[in-house]
Amino acid sequence: MKYAYYPGCSLESGSAAYDLSVRAVAEVLNIELEEIDDWNCCGATEYFTQDELVATSVIARNLALIRPDLRDVVAPCAACFLNLKKTDALMQDDPAMNAKINSALGAGGLHYDAGRVRVCHLLELLHTEVGEATLKEKMVQPLTGLRVAPYYGCQVVRPLGGLDNPEYPMKMDEMFKWLGADVVDYPVKAHCCGGHMTQISEDAAFELIRRLLQSAVDSKADLLLCMCPMCQLNLDAYQGRVNNFFNKDFQVPIIFFTQLLGVALGIDMQKLGFGKEIVGAEPIIQSRLAEQAAKANA
Amino acid sequence: MAEKVGVYVCHCGSNIAGKVDVEQVAKWTGQHVKDVTVARDYKFMCSDLGQKLIEDDIKKEGLTRVVVAACSPHLHEKTFRRACSNGGLNPYLLEMTNIREHCSWVHSDRAAATEKAKSLVSAAAERVKWQQPLEPTYVDVNPATLVLGGGIAGLQATLELADAGHKVYLVERQPSIGGHMAQFDKTFPTLDCSACILTPKMSEAGQHENVTLLTYSELEEVTGSVGNFKVKVRQKARKVDYDKCTGCGVCVEKCPRKVLDSEFEAGMGTRKAIYVPFPQAVPRTPVLDTESCIWFERQRCGACRKLCPTDAIDFDQEDELLDLNVGNIILATGWKMFDCDQIPQYGYGRLANVFTSLELERMCNAAGPTAGKIVLRDGKTVPKRVAIIHCVGSRDIRHNAHCSAVCCMASLKFGHLLMEKLDAEVYSFYIDIRTNQKGYEEFYQRLLEEGMHFVRGKVSEVTDAARLPEEEGKLIVQCEDTLLGRQQRFPVDMAVLMGGMEPQTDARDVGLTCGISCSMAGFFTERHPKLDPVATMTDGIFVAGACQGAKDIPASVAQGAAAAARVQSMITRGKVMIEPIVATIDEENCSGCRICNNLCPFNAIDYDETRAVSHVITALCKGCGTCVSACPAQVITGAHFNNQQIFAEIEGVLWDAMQPTEATDASDTAEVSAS
Repeated sequence: MKYAYYPGCSLESGSAAYDLSVRAVAEVLNIELEEIDDWNCCGATEYFTQDELVATSVIARNLALIRPDLRDVVAPCAACFLNLKKTDALMQDDPAMNAKINSALGAGGLHYDAGRVRVCHLLELLHTEVGEATLKEKMVQPLTGLRVAPYYGCQVVRPLGGLDNPEYPMKMDEMFKWLGADVVDYPVKAHCCGGHMTQISEDAAFELIRRLLQSAVDSKADLLLCMCPMCQLNLDAYQGRVNNFFNKDFQVPIIFFTQLLGVALGIDMQKLGFGKEIVGAEPIIQSRLAEQAAKANA
Repeated sequence: MAEKVGVYVCHCGSNIAGKVDVEQVAKWTGQHVKDVTVARDYKFMCSDLGQKLIEDDIKKEGLTRVVVAACSPHLHEKTFRRACSNGGLNPYLLEMTNIREHCSWVHSDRAAATEKAKSLVSAAAERVKWQQPLEPTYVDVNPATLVLGGGIAGLQATLELADAGHKVYLVERQPSIGGHMAQFDKTFPTLDCSACILTPKMSEAGQHENVTLLTYSELEEVTGSVGNFKVKVRQKARKVDYDKCTGCGVCVEKCPRKVLDSEFEAGMGTRKAIYVPFPQAVPRTPVLDTESCIWFERQRCGACRKLCPTDAIDFDQEDELLDLNVGNIILATGWKMFDCDQIPQYGYGRLANVFTSLELERMCNAAGPTAGKIVLRDGKTVPKRVAIIHCVGSRDIRHNAHCSAVCCMASLKFGHLLMEKLDAEVYSFYIDIRTNQKGYEEFYQRLLEEGMHFVRGKVSEVTDAARLPEEEGKLIVQCEDTLLGRQQRFPVDMAVLMGGMEPQTDARDVGLTCGISCSMAGFFTERHPKLDPVATMTDGIFVAGACQGAKDIPASVAQGAAAAARVQSMITRGKVMIEPIVATIDEENCSGCRICNNLCPFNAIDYDETRAVSHVITALCKGCGTCVSACPAQVITGAHFNNQQIFAEIEGVLWDAMQPTEATDASDTAEVSAS
């Protein structure tokens, strides 16, 4: 399996653990990821509110750069995925915009035929295309005893993406059940993390973050799995300030789902970017796996 | 000899004359179309005087063909055929052309519409000359009727017919008749006990001399046509001899295997492996569920067989196929509830205290699994605050676009019962309250006065993720109150999902078996939504109740009675007319390829194995023409739609292209047809 790979800016900086773990997992599963040469920022959510044509043209440039022999592009970041998907759909549905975007691309000697590339989320790839049988076959370290809360966030499951049920997604739940984890029912799994509200209105953002952390604690989750750099940043990096703000003592490790998948596939934790998170995830994972090993020996 | 064609152009008041210059059309037709001897326009052709015009002209002018340019033939073809008959002309020598729905109503440019009307009239006049006199045939009607489905609609139809002295076969899939109504506790808006008004009808049907009850049975096959259907019914093996069983109930009492009853009890209660679904079941004969019976699992136990005082238990009993001959069929196959777990954000199946309306219905029922106590899933806690969520799977394009018609009233009924029985606070989350039948709005007003709370908005989720201390341990209903314009959270003990009404899962298959179609949603399609709501496009097949569209008990009963009335009129008349507009296969030249056999939507083509040719069963053929166009050897002819007639019609519609001398008008007409 060969896919074009669009890491996006976050995966090069704050979410390096996501990039590391995606690449490590892909290698074990024989998924060839070919990074798009000279890719640029997707504009996140801000650019769309400024100028739709510029915003979509900037995104479409990435699609146009994908080598003609590749039919699928994988974007692990929620915003990148949604923006690529949205732009491709817009170009397919709106011939006038399609023409404008392609004329903008043309200035740089590029062209993109709407619909040429399928924009695919990493979860879809792992859950549906790799699938249960292969994951179970490649699993060397079952996650038995580890209580995980799958958190999807608000972007990737939006109806346009067609990835999962937008209101109550289940694919990550299913995947970690296959890997033996104790997947808790996490009722706020598709709620908003506050996004950039941390920069604009801390009170509002902190309350949203608090609800997500509280629900993880209420459902006795050992750790929380993310699939979006923004979610991971908000929940992990702001956890201390949320604690101060509400006088709480949350200690919920927040990691990317590919990191834990990597553990199940037997990849060394350092290679998966563990240690980059602020609330450490390694101790709880190690201790649960040790308990499991002790039980197996007993 | 040239035909003498009379053309009549109707004004339809201003319906046609408002957009089409009918006088000009009539005048032009008289002058330009060959063989037209009379061309008139008239205010209302369908009036007695209009019809008289045709009759008189046939007699005085010796017309041999008639064209009426007016509305849809669906409305008045019969009228004008009768007028032709009265004038002494074969009724099939009439052609109607529709210059209202197809012209005046859909165009805004008067000049262009007039040109289009000319083309349509010209087409009809050219075609009518090739039409042939046809004679309808008549067949006897078998007075026996099959009613499929023993819910309230089917029961009503059965009793109406049986009381009128006609034989009825009532076929029901479940072990007992009664349908959904048997599951209910109270009925709205009068709050009378559902069982009390239903069971007399059930037992009457069970004992009626004219009713043959076939429960635990399925429809397998329908052949034949109106007046003479041949029906195959599979009577599933009950493993209990119907004739020997006295209904004493010893077998049920002694059966050691208890299983969840996901049908009658909606998963709220249990039943035995051998069971009678509910105390008032008709018939009383139990059914042995071989899936859960210990005997069928490992050939042990057999308690029922040992203890039955009349030796009625028969483990070797097999399904029986019955052949029935009936004249008409009434489909009353009912509905099923929307699977509420398809909306995962409402938590059904995940959050214990989210219930469906059917589950609550069973709990309210004194004969139900909790003996009428309304409690949470733990079986003991009485809810103090209850949320009732409307439109779950209804009025939602992701699931069912239609309104389920009963849920608003059922919610009000539940509100009343919950307040009366538990003194609970009840919150109704609605999009619109729809209470538009007799006594319904008054019931809504009563509930407003009784203190039920109404929140207008679509619930976004039901969750157990508490944000505030008072939400701990509760279900929280999150909803935008659209009257306040505010997001609200309601902590409750119990949430009830008013699951929508859907067609039965196999409704499409039943439709195919009977040769009738379904709407996009899967409800059976009636012949006309307003003027013929219980007939279908297949003569002799009628529909009643929720299988035709979501409806409540009074509406189902009305349709059951209406369908029975339609059947009775067929029985009383004794004969049915078969339209002569049918296909005929030239058997001499048929290659026996059988392509037409499977294409026929009415199963009207038979294959004669011995002679290796196909032939059309006239009584079943609807003259749709599918086989005519599909036949690779072109040996099928459609009466009233033969090649000459169609080509003449095409030439007529293209009159301007056929006559190069009048090409000046061509550009105008091209625009018209493009529009």
